[in-house]
Amino acid sequence: MSTYTPPTDDIRFVMTHVADLDGILATEQFGHVDADSLAAVLDEVARFMADEVAPTNVDGDRIGSQWQPDGTVVTPPSFAPAYDKWVASGFGAMPFEAEFGGADFPWISAIAVQELFTSANMALSLCPLLTQGAIDAILAHGSDEQKATYLPKMMTGEWTGTMNLTEPQAGSDVGAVTTKAEPNGDGSWSITGQKIFITFGEHDLAEQIMHLVLARTPGSPPGTKGISMFLVPKFLLNDDGSLGERNGASCVSIEHKLGIHGSPTCVMSFEGASGWLVGEELDGMKNMFTMMNNARLSVGLQGLCISDRAYQQSLEYAQERDQGTAIGAEKGTSSPIIEHPDVRRMLMTQRAWIDAMRALTYTNAAALDRADAAAASGDSDEARRWRELADLMIPLSKGVCTDVCNEMTSLALQIHGGMGYVEETGAAQHYRDARIAAIYEGTNGIQAADLVGRKLAMRGGAVITDLLDEFESRAEELGAIDGLSTFADRLAEAVGTARTATAHLVEHGPSDPRSLLAASGPYLRLLGTTVCAGLLAKGAIAASSADDFDPAFLEAKVTSAKFFGEQILPTTAGLLAAVTSPADDLYALTPTQLL
Amino acid sequence: MNVIVCVKQIPDPALPGELDADNTLKRDGKLILDESDSYGVEMALQLVTAAGGGAVSLVSMAPNEEVSGLRTALAMGAEKAVLVSDPSLAGADALTTAKVLAGAVGKAGDYDLVIAGTESSDGYTGTVPEQIAEVLGLPSVTFAKSIAVDGDTVKVERQTEAGYDEVTCPLPAVVSVTAGVVEPRYPSFKGIMAAKSKPVENVTAADLGIESVSWAQSITAVEDAPAREAGEIIEDDGETFNKIVEYLDNLKVI
Repeated sequence: MSTYTPPTDDIRFVMTHVADLDGILATEQFGHVDADSLAAVLDEVARFMADEVAPTNVDGDRIGSQWQPDGTVVTPPSFAPAYDKWVASGFGAMPFEAEFGGADFPWISAIAVQELFTSANMALSLCPLLTQGAIDAILAHGSDEQKATYLPKMMTGEWTGTMNLTEPQAGSDVGAVTTKAEPNGDGSWSITGQKIFITFGEHDLAEQIMHLVLARTPGSPPGTKGISMFLVPKFLLNDDGSLGERNGASCVSIEHKLGIHGSPTCVMSFEGASGWLVGEELDGMKNMFTMMNNARLSVGLQGLCISDRAYQQSLEYAQERDQGTAIGAEKGTSSPIIEHPDVRRMLMTQRAWIDAMRALTYTNAAALDRADAAAASGDSDEARRWRELADLMIPLSKGVCTDVCNEMTSLALQIHGGMGYVEETGAAQHYRDARIAAIYEGTNGIQAADLVGRKLAMRGGAVITDLLDEFESRAEELGAIDGLSTFADRLAEAVGTARTATAHLVEHGPSDPRSLLAASGPYLRLLGTTVCAGLLAKGAIAASSADDFDPAFLEAKVTSAKFFGEQILPTTAGLLAAVTSPADDLYALTPTQLL
Repeated sequence: MNVIVCVKQIPDPALPGELDADNTLKRDGKLILDESDSYGVEMALQLVTAAGGGAVSLVSMAPNEEVSGLRTALAMGAEKAVLVSDPSLAGADALTTAKVLAGAVGKAGDYDLVIAGTESSDGYTGTVPEQIAEVLGLPSVTFAKSIAVDGDTVKVERQTEAGYDEVTCPLPAVVSVTAGVVEPRYPSFKGIMAAKSKPVENVTAADLGIESVSWAQSITAVEDAPAREAGEIIEDDGETFNKIVEYLDNLKVI
C-alpha cells in the first residue's frame, strides 16, 4: 500500500510538550527560528512526502535498484522525479550553516523532516541521509577550500555523499581496514582498495557523488589509530569547478538484500583514485565519530518511521477485514477484526511504542541542539550536561527503536493474517525493510556495549541516575492526576528496577567485563523502556492540561502513555535477572553442546 | 505583466467537515489553500515569468483573518495579498462573494489578467469567476486548459466536452482555469520563509465601498450523497468484451 498519513500533529505535540522546542528556540543560536515558521515548513514537507515520495515506496521494493554491466546503477523510475523535486524544495539544507546555503535550523527540525521522508520511502531517504553524514564530516574537519568547493551542492542534494568504512574483514572492527592511501606529492593521495556495503555508492539521481573513504597511509600504526579519512569525488573537478574526468572509483556490484531494495548497496573499487585528506592524517576514526552520533540517531529514527508506516497500514486493514463475531456483536454477523481483543492488543502495543519512540528520538535531538546552543554561548557546564544526556540517549534511540521496530512490523504483518505473508499486500515490505536498522550503523550489540562501556561510565553512572531522579519526581506529579496513579506506581517501580540494574553494573562491571557485556543487551532494553516511559509521562502530564490541540487527540495521547506505563513498562522487571546474572551462564555449554 | 489570482482558503478536505446552522460549512478551524486554486497560482507565476517581469497578487475572502492558505500561495511565489475578513460576510452567496472579490481586485493594484479556479472544492457553485468578470465589466473566459499571453491579448484553450475551443480575448480579462492546467510547484523552504514577511492587507467590506451586505440565496436542506449501488458482475465466457462494448455504447461514451 502506498498511502502515508504524516503524523504532523504528533510531531508538533512531541516537539512542544516533550522535547521543549520553546527551550531550543529561546537560545541565542536558534532564536532566529520561530515555532510558527517551523510548523509551516513541516506542513509543506509532510504534504510533499505524502503526495510525491510515499507513492514511490512500493516500486522501490518491487523494481529495486539495478546494477548494469557498465558499472552504472539504475534506480527505480519513480525515484529520480521525486528526488529532483526534493532537491528543488531546499528542505535538506535546513539544519546546516547558512554560510554554505543552509538555514541554521535546529537538528530537531531536521529529524522531523527525516521522519517524514523515511516513513514515505526509507530506501530513497538513505541517499540524503548519507549525504547529511558526509556534510557533517566535511563541516567538522574539512579545509575551508573543501567546504567552499563541495558543501553548497551537497546541501541542496545536487551532489550526494557516501561513507566508505566497511571492508569484508572490517565490519564492526573498523580498525582492520586495509585500503591504502599513497601520497602523490601534489597534496592529493592515491587510494586503492575495496569497500563493501556502500549505500548509494553509485546511482543515477545526481551528477556527482562525494565518497568519504577510510584508508591507511604508509607507515601508519595498526588498528583504529592508523586510519585517515579521504574525500574521493566520482568526477574530478576542473579548475572552474565543473565536472571533469571520471575518478578511479567504481561500483563493481550491488548486493541482493532482504529489504530496502530501492537503495543500492554497492561494492566499491578504488583503483588509484585521487583523494584528498579530510582533517589530519591518522585522525580518520576520531573524525568519523563526530558524525556517528547524528547517524545513529537517524537510524534509531528509522525504527520509529517503519513502525509507523506499518502501523498505519495494519490499522486500516483491521477496520476493513471482517472475520468472526466479536464479543457483544449480533450473532451471525461478521465483525471487523479490530473488534477482537487480540487485534486490539497488537494495535495498542504498536501505537504506544510509536508514541514512545517519537518521544525518545526527538528528545535526543533536542539534547544535541541544546548542547550545541550552550557551547555556542560559551556555557560549558550547560553544554556538558546536555551533551552527556544526548550521548546517553544515542544507544537507547538506536538500539531500542530498531529492536522494537522488528517486533512492531511483525505485529503489523500478523494483523493481516495469511495475507500479511503474501507480498502483494505490502505488509511484508515493512517487515523486511525494518530488519537492517538493528544491524547497520553499529549493530545493536555494539550499541549495548557502548551503553555499558562508555555511557555508563560517564560521571560514574550519575548521568543515568540523574535522569532516573527526574523520572521519580515525575512519577509523583503523574500520581496526582486523576486516572494516572497506576501508571505513576509502575513508573516508580521501573525507576527502582533501573536503579538496581545500574548500580549492579557500576559495581561489578569493572571487575567482570565479560558479565558486563553479557548484561548489556537486556540492560539496554530495560533502561530504554524506562526512559521511554519517563518521557511519555511528561507528555501525558502536558496533555492532561493542554488546550493547544484537539481534545480527542490529547485524550489519545494520555491513554496511549497510560497503556505503555501499565502494560509494557512492567516487562522491565523481567529483564533484571538477565542483567544481574553472571556471564558464566552463557558459557555453561561448550560450542559442541550448543548443537 | 501583473496577474491577480482569486484564491479560497477552505477547511482541510481530509478532515471530516461540519455544517453550521445555516447549512454552510464550519470555518472556525485552520484553513488551507484550496487545491483547485493552486493551479491558478502556478499558471499566474509561469505567465509572469514568461513575460519577463511583473507580479502575482492574491485576493481572498475568509473569516477570522485566516492566512494559512494565503501563506502557501505566497510561499509558491505570489508577492502580496488582499484579504477581506468581515463577520458580516459569513455564509455569503456566490454573487456577494463575487462583488467582494471584485472590490478586492480593485485594491490589489494594476493588473493585466485575473485568474480563478473554475470552482471551489467546498462550495462548488462554479459561478464566481464569471460574476467577478461581470462586476468588473471584463471579458470572461472559462475552463482554460492552457493560457498564453501575446501582447494585449490572451489565447486560451477552453476545455469542452468534445475537445477544446481556441479563444482569443483582449486583456484585461478574467479567466477560470481547470485543475491540471499546469502542475503546481511545492513551496520551497526559501519560499516558505520568505512568505512570512510578504504583505497581506486585511480589509472589511466597508473598506471596499460595499456598505450593506445581504443576499437572497440560502441553502435550505443538505442530504447525504446516495450510497454507491452494487455493480453488475459478468462472468467471462470468452465473449465478455461484447458486453463491455454494449455497456459503453449505451452510455454513449464510444
